Amino acid sequence: MSIDYRLFIKPLVFTACLLPVAWLVWALLSDRLGANPFEELTRQSGLWTLRFLLLTLLMTPLRELLGRAWPLKYRRMLGLFTFFYASAHLLTYLWFDQFFDWQEIFTDIVKRPFITVGMLAWLLLVPLALTSTKAMMKRLGRKWKRLHQLSYGIGLLAVLHFLWLVKADLREPLIYMGILLALLGFRLWHRRRQQFPLRRGKAVADLSS
Amino acid sequence: MLIKKPSDIKPSEITPQSVYQRRREFMRTSLGLLLAGAGLPGLSAATLPRSGKLDAVKNPSLSTDETLTPWANATEYNNFYEFGSDKYSPAKLAGRLTTSPWRLSIEGEVARSGSYTLEDILRPHALEERIYRLRCVERWSMVVPWVGFSLAELIKRFEPTSRAKYVEFTTLYRPEEMPGQKRRVLDWPYVEGLRMDEAMHPLTMLAVGLYGEILPNQNGAPIRLVVPWKYGFKSIKSIVKIRFTEQQPVSTWTRSAPSEYGFYSNVNPDVDHPRWSQKRERRLGEFLKRKTEPFNGYAEQVAGLYRGMDLKKYY
Ligand code: HEM
Repeated sequence: MSIDYRLFIKPLVFTACLLPVAWLVWALLSDRLGANPFEELTRQSGLWTLRFLLLTLLMTPLRELLGRAWPLKYRRMLGLFTFFYASAHLLTYLWFDQFFDWQEIFTDIVKRPFITVGMLAWLLLVPLALTSTKAMMKRLGRKWKRLHQLSYGIGLLAVLHFLWLVKADLREPLIYMGILLALLGFRLWHRRRQQFPLRRGKAVADLSS
Repeated sequence: MLIKKPSDIKPSEITPQSVYQRRREFMRTSLGLLLAGAGLPGLSAATLPRSGKLDAVKNPSLSTDETLTPWANATEYNNFYEFGSDKYSPAKLAGRLTTSPWRLSIEGEVARSGSYTLEDILRPHALEERIYRLRCVERWSMVVPWVGFSLAELIKRFEPTSRAKYVEFTTLYRPEEMPGQKRRVLDWPYVEGLRMDEAMHPLTMLAVGLYGEILPNQNGAPIRLVVPWKYGFKSIKSIVKIRFTEQQPVSTWTRSAPSEYGFYSNVNPDVDHPRWSQKRERRLGEFLKRKTEPFNGYAEQVAGLYRGMDLKKYY
């Protein structure tokens, strides 16, 4: 009898997704986050949020490219980890940056565009996390898909957040933007191909006739 | 002079670590010896080459008695875009900067303009240690014991003309050794400026060391400006040119984002950076944030320079 190794993959991926936060906590406690550790926590959690968001958005194209269903099995988990890291990121801001000074926080949200779009991105993640269960998927039916297409907008807001917060060096946010646009561009291209599968063939045929 | 030439190092010996360490030693030796050779008070040539110590006379009247930021933090967490736009690259990459020989040119509205060696620039000045607060525009701060002398003393020596209203400083441009300059993140070379009365103010200093040690490269070796009541980016590093002008210079950060970084850039809790409030700051090593003080706590000494000026307009 052989063991079905696939049973172990999901717990393994789950554990891997916890590694960044485990590393951050360990690095904080052992004084490895540099001279300004609390700022570093905000920055690292922000970066991991963005990375998880992009990983989540990678699953659908990956299914198409590989022609296999397994990437979709990880989409929900990755999406929930995105929300987890986004919430941790938000918490580092509320706590270590503002010390829960709600008036300052409110001012930041309405006055600083990079905070406004970051906040909007987090708020939009909330309904997606809440409707991530199988039951919700069933209940919402076709609407579920529409709702979860909000993740494209969240991606754009997240990248805008990053672009607007850097002082002068845009290289890093632009790299992330490039990856996001590739992932979204793939969907557009793929949809066109599915909608008009015969067009091109027909056009060629027309021309040659 | 007993200066080891860089060519003494065989290419075969070059690994990043050894280059770094040798250069540090070489720099310390050469700056130490040149200062010792210049007959500065309190300097002992015998101890210099190893430790790189600069025995400076303490100046308590211009110093704060706040707790010093640990040396490790002050020398690992730096904004020095010439070596990369993150805080930790300068400490990693600045070792490759050659700081000796070093020349400084004095230009513009000044009687004794010319190109001088660092030795010539430093020779007549006695070194002092002053403990200043440093407030970065990014809302963190440190307390640093600088070693140097008043910029005013140097300015007087070179006799600016009556037309000199401003002083403009320029950082070295050497992309081979300053990898951050290979990309146009900022409009190189880095330029900063002060109004003449700001430059002549007794708090304004040129530093060649910190914590009694020769300035590490990432902190702006071999010579940098320190203006404690302004945001840190005004305190330009690794200076190669000082120019006296009639027109107000355009600082590099002002050129990059005029609405975010003004010419004055005095520390001011009431004027927000467009992307964050300046009301509070985190002193490195502390958890809770402190209130930011007007002029970084130096209002008593410097507020007079700006009497009658609208500080929200001239930010
Ligand atoms: C989906 C949501 C979000 C994503 C993907 C995200 C992503 C990021 C990224 C990539 C960074 C830059 C890290 C770096 O500097 O290397 C960052 C920084 C930051 N984010 Fe977010 N963020 C999100 C939501 C938020 C929210 C809701 C807030 C606060 C209300 C926020 C506040 C900040 C702050 C204060 C910084 C640091 C800025 C600085 O270093 O000056 N973010 N975020």
